[in-house]
Amino acid sequence: MAELTYREAVAAGIAQEMERDDCVVFLGEDVAAAGGVFKTTVGLLEKFGPKRVRDCPISEQAIIGAAMGAAMTGLRPIAEIMFSDFLAVCWDMVANEIAKTRYMTNGQIALPLVIRTANGGGSRFGAQHSQAVENWAMAVPGLKVVAPAFPADVKGLLAAAVRDPDPVLFFEQKSLYAMKGEVPDGEHVDKLGTAKVLRQGKDCTIVALALMVHRALGAAEILEKEHGISCTVVDVRSLVPLDTKTILGEVVKTGRLVTVEENPRLCGWGAEIASIVADECFWDLDGPIVRITTPHVPLPSADLLEDNTIPSVDRIVREIREKID
Amino acid sequence: MDRKAKGKKAAAGGDGIGRETRLELYRLQVELRYCEKRAYDLFLQNLVKGTSHLSLGQEAIAAAFGVAMRPDDWTFCTYRGHAHTLARGASMTGVLGELMGRECGLLGGKGGSMHLTDVKNGAMGSYAIIGAHLPVAAGAAWSAQYRGTEQVAVCFFGDGTANIGAFHEALNFAAVWKLPVVFVCENNLYMEYTPISSVTAVKHPAADRAAAYGLESIVVDGNDADAVYLTAVEHIGRARKGGGPALIEAMTYRHSGHSRADPAKYRPEGELKKWLERDPLKIYRERLAKLGVSEGTLKDIETEAMRKVEEATAAARASPAPSLDGIERNVWADGGAAWRN
Repeated sequence: MAELTYREAVAAGIAQEMERDDCVVFLGEDVAAAGGVFKTTVGLLEKFGPKRVRDCPISEQAIIGAAMGAAMTGLRPIAEIMFSDFLAVCWDMVANEIAKTRYMTNGQIALPLVIRTANGGGSRFGAQHSQAVENWAMAVPGLKVVAPAFPADVKGLLAAAVRDPDPVLFFEQKSLYAMKGEVPDGEHVDKLGTAKVLRQGKDCTIVALALMVHRALGAAEILEKEHGISCTVVDVRSLVPLDTKTILGEVVKTGRLVTVEENPRLCGWGAEIASIVADECFWDLDGPIVRITTPHVPLPSADLLEDNTIPSVDRIVREIREKID
Repeated sequence: MDRKAKGKKAAAGGDGIGRETRLELYRLQVELRYCEKRAYDLFLQNLVKGTSHLSLGQEAIAAAFGVAMRPDDWTFCTYRGHAHTLARGASMTGVLGELMGRECGLLGGKGGSMHLTDVKNGAMGSYAIIGAHLPVAAGAAWSAQYRGTEQVAVCFFGDGTANIGAFHEALNFAAVWKLPVVFVCENNLYMEYTPISSVTAVKHPAADRAAAYGLESIVVDGNDADAVYLTAVEHIGRARKGGGPALIEAMTYRHSGHSRADPAKYRPEGELKKWLERDPLKIYRERLAKLGVSEGTLKDIETEAMRKVEEATAAARASPAPSLDGIERNVWADGGAAWRN
């Protein structure tokens, strides 16, 4: 086991797949010579050369469109959109073209491609560089959606995404880039559509994603030690496909569901999970489902404001104490 | 040689285009014309549902490129894509069947008129969001360049597309990466219902922008199949040999409205009549006759094309509706639509 940062795990995942398969190519803005604005792709140009690791103009539609055209003709491109907010600039490519083409052509066209992007808040960048937009993608049939919380998952799920025959949107939480963690040595390939139970408790099941997984774990620790509330924490990891088996199984055990979501309130992924749980294990619930989310506002930039907008460990503890206790 | 001289030479028959190629160009134009007319008839009979955008009057462009392309080259076209898809060799039954929402349709009834695709013949899709397929065609060209296959992507679009962002992104991207892609703007003078000249800062929406991407400004008579063919051969060949992209603006005119819902009443009186005199089929038939092709040979081509259309119509009409099982098929590569376990 080597210790890597979340950002190093990105480069490690891409490198592993590029070494294995010549059809894997990588493109984006400032990704090659500069190694990425978040330094997530340092060393790839040197290792694989300018034919496979390509700097692009600021042209998100061209980048994603080119990835699509390359994918349908035999390559397996990984495209980077620098900030997930910029997906809106090329949303036609993502939501109308990439997502629908296999279906509309009745399976004639395959699009094995990955769109990686830096998602979420915590960096004081303001509302156009900080949104958690994984729900945008989750709402579109034909896209797989992954959001890892740990360096090992970054590498393993990125490898799985590259090998997947369908388009995958890979959301990296930008304030996790410096986080360190153990990553298995040698080839590491995980499985899409699998949630992970990170902590087992008796009173409540907290379901979280990406940055919120860490805050849920922090809250669970405090709840256990200081308030005697024992929580299960499930890391969803993949919104599409969604591992409802694991989630439902853990909710049934504790009788309570709390979702912790970085996204603004309306139509967050937690609402879908709440609906599934209400549908399929209502009689196993001991109380109402609780959703802890960012309020339905664009994200403010000042540190104090941002910290009081995105769910914090303190807020998770407080809400769970109020609603579960 | 300048374009006008090339056109004149083509008209005189001294352009090196062989007799067989000319007959193929005529055959294809006739087939496209008859099939488009049939699509309209079937719509009047309420057998074609939804919308459809016909290429009536614009057939020379699709036909000429169809003949000039290598079988493994790729076509990317728009919602006005029946002709371009057929020109690559797609089954006419498959095209009419798709328009009619039948099981035999190219897409099994899941795409419709605006999304005709036939990958086995290199027709890589019809894209119905203006401009979207230009970057996609550039990406396919990148793949050909990367793998060294010498394939070329040809991307057709209308004059209105030259005013959307994706057009400019794709042109710059393709030029910087020297990609083997030929962009073909079919300028039929109208952006849907609006004269393109009234919403565009330059006279030629595509060709006048070529310089911005370091490309040659190319305007060709889109109603002259020979002129289009020669231009296509030249620029596809150049792209294939690593010379980078081309942007061609082919001047043409659609005989009908933008879509089936449009009677095209916005056109000034006499305009259609003038363009009907420049009907690509009329021009080409007269040219072939002048070059010594017998009336009998021309008639045979026309009779055979009509027979093909009748046969395809009958086969499409006889085809059942698609199975309802298809609704939840082919979202994913595993053939299904499951988003959870």
